[in-house]
Amino acid sequence: MPPIPGSGLAKGLAVTLRTMTKKTVTAQYPDAQPELPPRTRGVIGLFEENCTVCMLCARECPDWCIYIDSHKETVPAAVEGGRERSRNVLDRFAIDFSLCMYCGICIEVCPFDALFWSPEFEYAETDIHELTHERDKLREWMWTVPEPPALDPGAEEPKEVAAARKAAEKLAAAQEQAAQEQAAQRQAAEQTPAAPEQPARQEDEGPAE
Amino acid sequence: MNDVLDVALRLVVVFAVFMVLPLVVGQTEHKVMAHMQGRLGPMYAGGFHGWAQLVADGVKFAQKEDIVPADADRRIFQLAPAVALLPYLLVLVAIPIGPSESAVGQVIDAGIFFVLAVMGVGVLGSLMAGWASANKFSLLGGLRTAAQLLAYELPMLLTAASVAMAAGTVSLPGILNAFEWWWLPWQIVGAIVFFVAGLAELQRPPFDMPVADSEIIFGAYTEYTGLRFALFLLAEYAGIVVLCGLTTVLFLGGWHGPWGADGLGWVWTLLKTAILAFGVIWLRVTYPRLREDQLQKLAWTVLIPLALAQIALTGIVKVAIQ
Repeated sequence: MPPIPGSGLAKGLAVTLRTMTKKTVTAQYPDAQPELPPRTRGVIGLFEENCTVCMLCARECPDWCIYIDSHKETVPAAVEGGRERSRNVLDRFAIDFSLCMYCGICIEVCPFDALFWSPEFEYAETDIHELTHERDKLREWMWTVPEPPALDPGAEEPKEVAAARKAAEKLAAAQEQAAQEQAAQRQAAEQTPAAPEQPARQEDEGPAE
Repeated sequence: MNDVLDVALRLVVVFAVFMVLPLVVGQTEHKVMAHMQGRLGPMYAGGFHGWAQLVADGVKFAQKEDIVPADADRRIFQLAPAVALLPYLLVLVAIPIGPSESAVGQVIDAGIFFVLAVMGVGVLGSLMAGWASANKFSLLGGLRTAAQLLAYELPMLLTAASVAMAAGTVSLPGILNAFEWWWLPWQIVGAIVFFVAGLAELQRPPFDMPVADSEIIFGAYTEYTGLRFALFLLAEYAGIVVLCGLTTVLFLGGWHGPWGADGLGWVWTLLKTAILAFGVIWLRVTYPRLREDQLQKLAWTVLIPLALAQIALTGIVKVAIQ
């Protein structure tokens, strides 16, 4: 059946009218903050207490925008007669955000969890040199780092949680087994009060054979 | 003395309406068009939802330098915006918004003739601008305007004649006094033809080939800046008000309404005009621009036959009921 003449025109009018009744998509950014997704890559925060100056981040950075200076300090022996230890002390940690391409490799590669993504993005400057954030500023960004988002439903549990849970389960199983054995022993002792030593000795000798 | 005061007051009121209503339509267009495209439109000027955006635009236009191109026909070039704008002010004088003598700027016996003739003059402003600008795009725009005027003035006149036949008078208040509700279905084809032809005369989308900015920059207005350009824009919106008001008066019964028409007839007139103005904006947002040949084809093969059929129908019914 051919379409009714003019139905296309009516369809067009319906589309615009329907759009008018719907909510607009305009983001009123300076007046209203955007709703950012979890794991937003806004700026990188440095948790410098965790940093060991291993330099992995600076070496992996594809555009070489991380600057690290450090020196070594000698720590006196902790116990009498012990050996002196040397330790890296961080002097400078800076990220040049005018070079950074927000790839996140430094954060991935940090073995001690000293770098984090923060969703803050309003740090535009009028001078490009101001975009090099020194360690104080990077430390300040840490306060804006959000809690890690909840895992997706049905996701694999985090490795460290799994390891802790496995250890706890093993411990619980061992304790339960021990308790059962104790109970069994007590039962056996009650049933044969005349010869309490006989099975115990056998059991003791068992592994030796 | 009293007469002078009366005339002065009427002129002031008409002028105030002429200055305010086009701005209201323009602001509505900003907002309606934005929301139809999923946007918000102006939000800052004036504080509340950008109500003062057009005022701000006006201030901006007033600050701009008034440039006349070196090769332009200076006088004509400078006169053109006034020629485009003033006819709509004159038409507004003759449109009745209520049943009483005080609700119309001036009762004119040959109202339809006056209104249609003066509205036709408005297009002359575009022609003058197109010719005087000494710019090929302006000239193309001016010629397209002329072609459009020729094509669409005819169906407009024919449908207006149909209403005049039905009412037996050419006076606008006279037509409204004779109006009955069943004129609405009787004249509906004429109403649509009149409205569409009016849109084309105003060069509103989808009939805006004379200013088609992707083809000929801005047609006849290409060389204009500042206040003169603003006057052309104002003429367009004043044209919307006038066209919607005329359609209301001729075809939709003006101050007649299903209830509460006594004493509040002007509310009905304004309401119908506002709904039509919304329709004008709605059509602009929805439809793409027609091609120049499609425009001519629509006028000569669709609108004019429809208008003639409407006249025939009006004549038959008129004879039948007598």
